[in-house]
Amino acid sequence: MNWWQIKNRDADLERELRSDLELEEEEQREAGISEDEARYAALRAFGNPTLIREQTSAIWSWNWLESLARDLRFSLRALRRTPGFTVIAILVMALGIGANVALFTVVRGVLLKPLPFYDPDRLVMLYEADLHQDDTAGLNLVSGGMYAEWKNQNRSYSNLALAQSIRVGLSASGGQLPEKLNSALFSWDMLRTLGVEPALGRDFTQADDSPGANGTVLLSWGLWKRRFGADPAILNQAIDLDAQPYTVIGVMPAGFDFPDPSTQLWTPVYHDKPEDTMTSFSNHMFRVAGRLKPGVSASQSVADLSVISQRIHNEHLNDPFVFRSASSRPLLDYIVGEIKKPLYLLLEATCCLLLIACLNVANLLVARAAARRKELAIRSALGGGWLRLMGERLMECLLLSTSGGVLGLLLAFAALHWLTQTRHDMSRVESIHIDGVVAAFTVGVIVLCALFSGIIAAFSIRDKRILGVLHETSRAVSGGGARAWLRKMLLTLEVGLTVILLIGAGLLLKSYERLRSADMGCSTQDVITMHLGLPDARYPTPALRANFYDTLLDRVRALPGVDAAGFVTVAPGQGDGPDWAFTIVEHPALPQGNGQAALRRWADGQYFRAMGIPMLRGRTFDAAKRLDAANEVVISQSFASQYFPGEDPLGRHLRVRGQNAVIVGIVGDTRYAIGEIPRPVQYYPLDAGIENVGTLVVRSRHDLEQFALPVQRIVSEMDRDLPVSDVLTMNQLLGKSTLNQSSNTALLVAFATLSLLLAAVGLFGVMSYIAAQRTTEIGVRIALGAKREHVMRKMLLDGMRPAVFGLVVGLAASLEAGQLMRDLLYEIKPLDTSVYAAVAATLLAVAAAACMVPAWRASRLDPMQALRAE
Amino acid sequence: MSSMAKQAQQRVGVLQGTLDMLILRTLLYGPAHGHQIGKHIQRTTNEFLQMQHGSLYPALHRLERRGWVVSKWETAPDRNREFKYYRLTEKGRKQLLAEESQWKQMAEAVARVMWPAAEEN
Repeated sequence: MNWWQIKNRDADLERELRSDLELEEEEQREAGISEDEARYAALRAFGNPTLIREQTSAIWSWNWLESLARDLRFSLRALRRTPGFTVIAILVMALGIGANVALFTVVRGVLLKPLPFYDPDRLVMLYEADLHQDDTAGLNLVSGGMYAEWKNQNRSYSNLALAQSIRVGLSASGGQLPEKLNSALFSWDMLRTLGVEPALGRDFTQADDSPGANGTVLLSWGLWKRRFGADPAILNQAIDLDAQPYTVIGVMPAGFDFPDPSTQLWTPVYHDKPEDTMTSFSNHMFRVAGRLKPGVSASQSVADLSVISQRIHNEHLNDPFVFRSASSRPLLDYIVGEIKKPLYLLLEATCCLLLIACLNVANLLVARAAARRKELAIRSALGGGWLRLMGERLMECLLLSTSGGVLGLLLAFAALHWLTQTRHDMSRVESIHIDGVVAAFTVGVIVLCALFSGIIAAFSIRDKRILGVLHETSRAVSGGGARAWLRKMLLTLEVGLTVILLIGAGLLLKSYERLRSADMGCSTQDVITMHLGLPDARYPTPALRANFYDTLLDRVRALPGVDAAGFVTVAPGQGDGPDWAFTIVEHPALPQGNGQAALRRWADGQYFRAMGIPMLRGRTFDAAKRLDAANEVVISQSFASQYFPGEDPLGRHLRVRGQNAVIVGIVGDTRYAIGEIPRPVQYYPLDAGIENVGTLVVRSRHDLEQFALPVQRIVSEMDRDLPVSDVLTMNQLLGKSTLNQSSNTALLVAFATLSLLLAAVGLFGVMSYIAAQRTTEIGVRIALGAKREHVMRKMLLDGMRPAVFGLVVGLAASLEAGQLMRDLLYEIKPLDTSVYAAVAATLLAVAAAACMVPAWRASRLDPMQALRAE
Repeated sequence: MSSMAKQAQQRVGVLQGTLDMLILRTLLYGPAHGHQIGKHIQRTTNEFLQMQHGSLYPALHRLERRGWVVSKWETAPDRNREFKYYRLTEKGRKQLLAEESQWKQMAEAVARVMWPAAEEN
């Protein structure tokens, strides 16, 4: 139907009704009633012509479209008339929707999208379970020997494959500097197990994966582009890894980063690792991935493997480190690991924020509806149907939330762009995109917001007492008690939600502060660290290694400004590293099947001083004892108290792998990672020449960064193919390991601040509205002699009531919410009174400030003007 | 809407669903405009049935849309002014018969339940 036809029909209907009404009027007059009376009588008999017209034209079904267009026009006009309200409402919605869309996109990309592998649901990561615990939750790395047994004997997996993350040095070539890369060892069938193929070249073959084969390597897409200029001619060329030649056989597709996000190349494990490592049952160092056979459940398959483990365990009862069972978890859980919980927590926080935003917009709308009551009452009186008015409200909300949504989408886009640019370390960060599902989610959120805030606002205008409203607004003595009540309830809710967010943020903030100030047991200032590793191929003997480190350290110590320098295999904050079994020679043998193990590090004699680890008793290593003669050991304090209770450990002997070492000193405890309890450590002399990879530690009171270049120069003078990597001050090193906590905390604090701001705006709005409504009443009170302080106090109390209610509700709800984030907290309880108190105080202060201005304004009211304003 | 409902307290509103039938029956006498139709129904029932314009006009337009009546602007013989006259179509006539017989069955059925004795006389 065309527009002119619609207009036509409308005009026609109006004419019909008018003529019939006039006829009625005429008939009334003919019955002998005066002219005026006749008109009213006709109208009475006829009813509401506008309403009749509306209802009649609604019979023609194209009407809904027309009314939609009309609602749209009205709403646009109404919104344009109040630009301040419109801008605030749109911004509030944009923040709420934007935060939600961004976080949903992250959660979807990281947690919900299937992994880029073939049939990823059947892929699991397998672990050995701890020997002392019978529960299968232990997630220990798998030994090479056990892997081989599992692979040969299991009946549950179509394939098992093995991986280990390592670091290798890529030698200088083609004018490029040597560099240290994160790399992984794969068993030859790992890619087949995952169901991934190289983008270029070929996969490993079984023949590649043996000690006698020539070295082969797969490059990551990123490394291929960056280092080799994306040149396909690199295929079948040799590159030097740790000074050994490897032939490039393929390039992996972009985005493939198993087993770690930063892995840049892959080499075959049986080729690279010595045979005794691959057959040992007690040397646990590998990650194992398995593909379940169809129809086999994860628990069945784990039971299958546990039977094998138990048999091997029984055959090696004298070795306490042969584990007796297996455990598994889905591959996705392994890959997303620790990010899952914080992500869901943040998603909940953004939902809270969105709810607050909606409540705020609803609140603004209710206020506006209240201001427009007279208009609405007149429209009802003139025949505006309630549904029509409600439709307009909803249309208004839809417009607001759509504009907010579009703006929010832009915000989300910017936030995601920032995230993918800065957080390369986050697993699966490359799969975060705004796509169709996210767009649908956005539309859903927009509609939900519109309905939520629209329906609240629409119900607030449902009022049948048209005349009452008209009376009431003509003498604004005490208006809209019911509506003020509704707004106060919305406010209570809003404040409650804000309190939950504030407490969550407060707990994380305090926990993060504790984390950052946790005593690492070493000095975190004045220390710079650099990673360095000697390739076996060029430094095959202990003497060569020991000489290299002695020369290097001597030259570094000779640099002007260096106070101390040392070398250690694993520095505090760099993770736990290897566990080594030991026995104490002077103690009676442990019962069969029991053993002791502790973290093992190799360090040079000056490391403790350079790192600021206190020497508690005894002395450090004797520098004269080198190579085979180096038979000393230094233990940490917790080692001493755990294994030598009530006994002097100095002079006792530890036996590790058949070699005895005498305990010469006890040093303070250090933490292997920030937030972890210190574990016992045994330090062995670097001068034995056994270890070849570790961290150089330089201590100086001067600008630390300035030492990076001279040290690198010394290293390259000694060996030009040797890369120095991870040049970090101790503070940066620790900051890196708390990056997750710090960004989670920052986000939650941002959300909480935002919601506090929204709640304050809401409070201020309601208070101003109530004050404006009661202008006359207050004027009368003041005119009758009420003290201004009384007025102000009353107004303040009125405004604070919803805030206090909200606070109580929020505090109660936080008790529950705090339990949810228990795992994310460090050294503080979910019920931390100081956080609760601080939040309560902040909220009350903000609420009081928000109420103060309207209350003060009300108390300054000039009674004459207030009364005359009518 | 609600204010009009109160006016009809003494009299009975047109039974839901029967208004269409009453209009069609009225038009059987010949073309008529809305006001006439309302007045006729009211007068014939001795003012017992109260015609509400709020339902009369929507009903008329509904009938027109279904093709049971057609409308045309014509000059009234007594007023010298144009009114919108509604006229029964062939389709409307059939609809009237169908509704009438349905209503009759319904009324008889109700009567049998309500006054079983009266039936025998």
